[in-house]
Amino acid sequence: MLEVNKDIILKAEHISKQYRLGLVGTGTVSHDLNRWWHRVRGKEDPYLKIGSVNDRSTKADSDYVWALQDINFEVQRGEVLGIIGKNGAGKSTLLKILSRVTCPTTGEIKTKGRIASLLEVGTGFHPELTGRENIYLNGAILGMTKAEIKAKEKEIIEFSGCERYIDTPVKRYSSGMRVRLAFAVAAHLEPDILVVDEVLAVGDAEFQKKAIGKMQDISKGEGRTVLFVSHNMAAVKSLCTRAIVLEHGSTAYEGSVDDAVDFYLKKNSEKEIVSLKNRKDRSGTGDIILSQVEIMNSKNQIVDSVISGEFLRLRLSYDIKSPVNDKLILGVSFKDRNDIVLSLTVSDEMDLDINELLQRKYIYIDFEKLLLRGGHYTLTFLLSSNTTDSQNHIDRIEKAFELEVLQGDFYSIGQLNRVRPSIIMPNTIH
Amino acid sequence: MNTTQDDQWLYTISSKSKLVDLNFKEIWRYRDLLLLFVKRDITTVYKQTVLGPLWYVIQPLMTSVIFTLVFNNLGNIQTGAAPSFLFNLAGITAWNYFKECLTGTSDTFKKNENIFGKVYFPRVIMPMSITISNLLKFIIQLGIFIGFYIYYLSIGKDISVNSNLLLFPFYLVMMALLGLGIGMIISSMTTKYRDLTVVVTFGVSLLMYMSAVPYPVAEARKKFPEIVANIVEYNPLTQIIEGFRYMLLNSGSFSWTGFIYTLIVSVVVFLVGIIIFNKTEKSFIDTV
Repeated sequence: MLEVNKDIILKAEHISKQYRLGLVGTGTVSHDLNRWWHRVRGKEDPYLKIGSVNDRSTKADSDYVWALQDINFEVQRGEVLGIIGKNGAGKSTLLKILSRVTCPTTGEIKTKGRIASLLEVGTGFHPELTGRENIYLNGAILGMTKAEIKAKEKEIIEFSGCERYIDTPVKRYSSGMRVRLAFAVAAHLEPDILVVDEVLAVGDAEFQKKAIGKMQDISKGEGRTVLFVSHNMAAVKSLCTRAIVLEHGSTAYEGSVDDAVDFYLKKNSEKEIVSLKNRKDRSGTGDIILSQVEIMNSKNQIVDSVISGEFLRLRLSYDIKSPVNDKLILGVSFKDRNDIVLSLTVSDEMDLDINELLQRKYIYIDFEKLLLRGGHYTLTFLLSSNTTDSQNHIDRIEKAFELEVLQGDFYSIGQLNRVRPSIIMPNTIH
Repeated sequence: MNTTQDDQWLYTISSKSKLVDLNFKEIWRYRDLLLLFVKRDITTVYKQTVLGPLWYVIQPLMTSVIFTLVFNNLGNIQTGAAPSFLFNLAGITAWNYFKECLTGTSDTFKKNENIFGKVYFPRVIMPMSITISNLLKFIIQLGIFIGFYIYYLSIGKDISVNSNLLLFPFYLVMMALLGLGIGMIISSMTTKYRDLTVVVTFGVSLLMYMSAVPYPVAEARKKFPEIVANIVEYNPLTQIIEGFRYMLLNSGSFSWTGFIYTLIVSVVVFLVGIIIFNKTEKSFIDTV
């Protein structure tokens, strides 16, 4: 599709960033001298050529590492772009470059608007100054002029809910009040482009709601261009229109936010799929054994983790050593970290013919809406004949699968639910 | 709106940098921040102290008393027609401004690592604010000096200002430029080489003795070995301190050559400081 009316406000071209591993100290002078010597002779920096891909789990063979490599993207005016990736994928580095805290090793970012970044709230707060004085100082640090702050002072104080303490030194504030005041200042920034880190989503639930709500106002209501960096999929989904997935310092995916999140959650092919065949900690006759468990999303893609409130499909594979002709029962239980059973699904209650299902390659268990909060759960699977008594067990494997549930927008109102392994029952409060 | 033209970009973030990259327009946009930093520095230093801003006054007075006792009474250094105490107070007032600018700016990057690592504003605002807030301290200390000056006049001491007083703004600017310039160079180097922080603390106090603060240049010529006397004389700070005392007390020496020389050195040091500071500010956060 050819778009002529693109109004690009920010453009990143071939952004790369190299870091030196290990201690800066010994060898610094000699490397600096070597660099300088190459530059004097008009040669390329000798240390730029080397450097390995940013993968924290493998040992590097060089002292230099590329935290970012050849990142390219464009942002249109009014767009909310999500930048997602695992820890160490290069999100923070990209954020730092966008905020002009550090510069890229190669490449450049061109912008048509002023960028304000919120990598942290309350940058530059001075404990000895009063709340009001800190509003001015913090606002100015974030790029506002005194006149702009003055015009919004009342609004900021009101939003923070700290009217009573506004002329008290900030060192007397509780940490919660400090965050409120700091966020209030940040929320009233009016730059052309806002770069936000997920650290904003801290504080108590009420505050979090306020913060995310304000973020939505900024991005949707006011039509501001926002770059939102996070590894919280639900927050990204509720705020962004488009997203980039970073992996090992390079762009792994760029597209609509839903596709990007799916891509991010998709199982990495190089990662070993949980093999249950060789597990010894199982009980039962062993005539039929569970050989594989995988989780899938609504698009039938194998994923790493699921989002609270969304669709979950378990895909089970069984190896039949010797056929069993009795009526089979399939059971699965979800347990939390303390081994408390939160949910139990047993096929004999549903009058299902498991024997017939076993003839297929896979058995699927679908959960239309996952009623679990964010957190880690373990899944225990049982196959038995006739009854679920232990003497009838064919194959029982404790904690066969570890399920990671990410917090989600459970009630579809743009607010994340709490992370805490437990069940949410659908409810209405009136 | 059609496809974008390159010249529409407001600014570019890249690794390349101009030699002197002082964006005055941007600094002007952040002028409110500069003033707020100055205000913060002044109001917070002596919060929760009993004597408060009086400390600005006590420190130079005590130092002058000690200098008078040690160097003039004990060491028998002659200060000409000017009373020794006033002579020392003048030197210390001038020296303090330079010293405060230098030490205040020399840890800019390290001290503000947290702010600099989170948000962008023209980094040079920080050292500039330190220079300005120190100027206010200097004015207070100068006020004290003037107070004693009037006292000594009233008791009939033979002191007077001379026409060089017109150069006062130049001396002020030179002190600021030198302090700021050296401070910025050191702050840039300390991001990578921490050794320099150690050097600064004792280096500054040693430098004071090489800058003719507790003695007139004439005494140095008379009593120091020639090589040391030369070092003292070619030290631009000596020229400033001596010139400062000359215009206020009409004692000591002044030469236009020395003045021009100091002016040039100050400007050069300042420019070098700006260049190094600019180079460092772009990526110091990776090394600090």
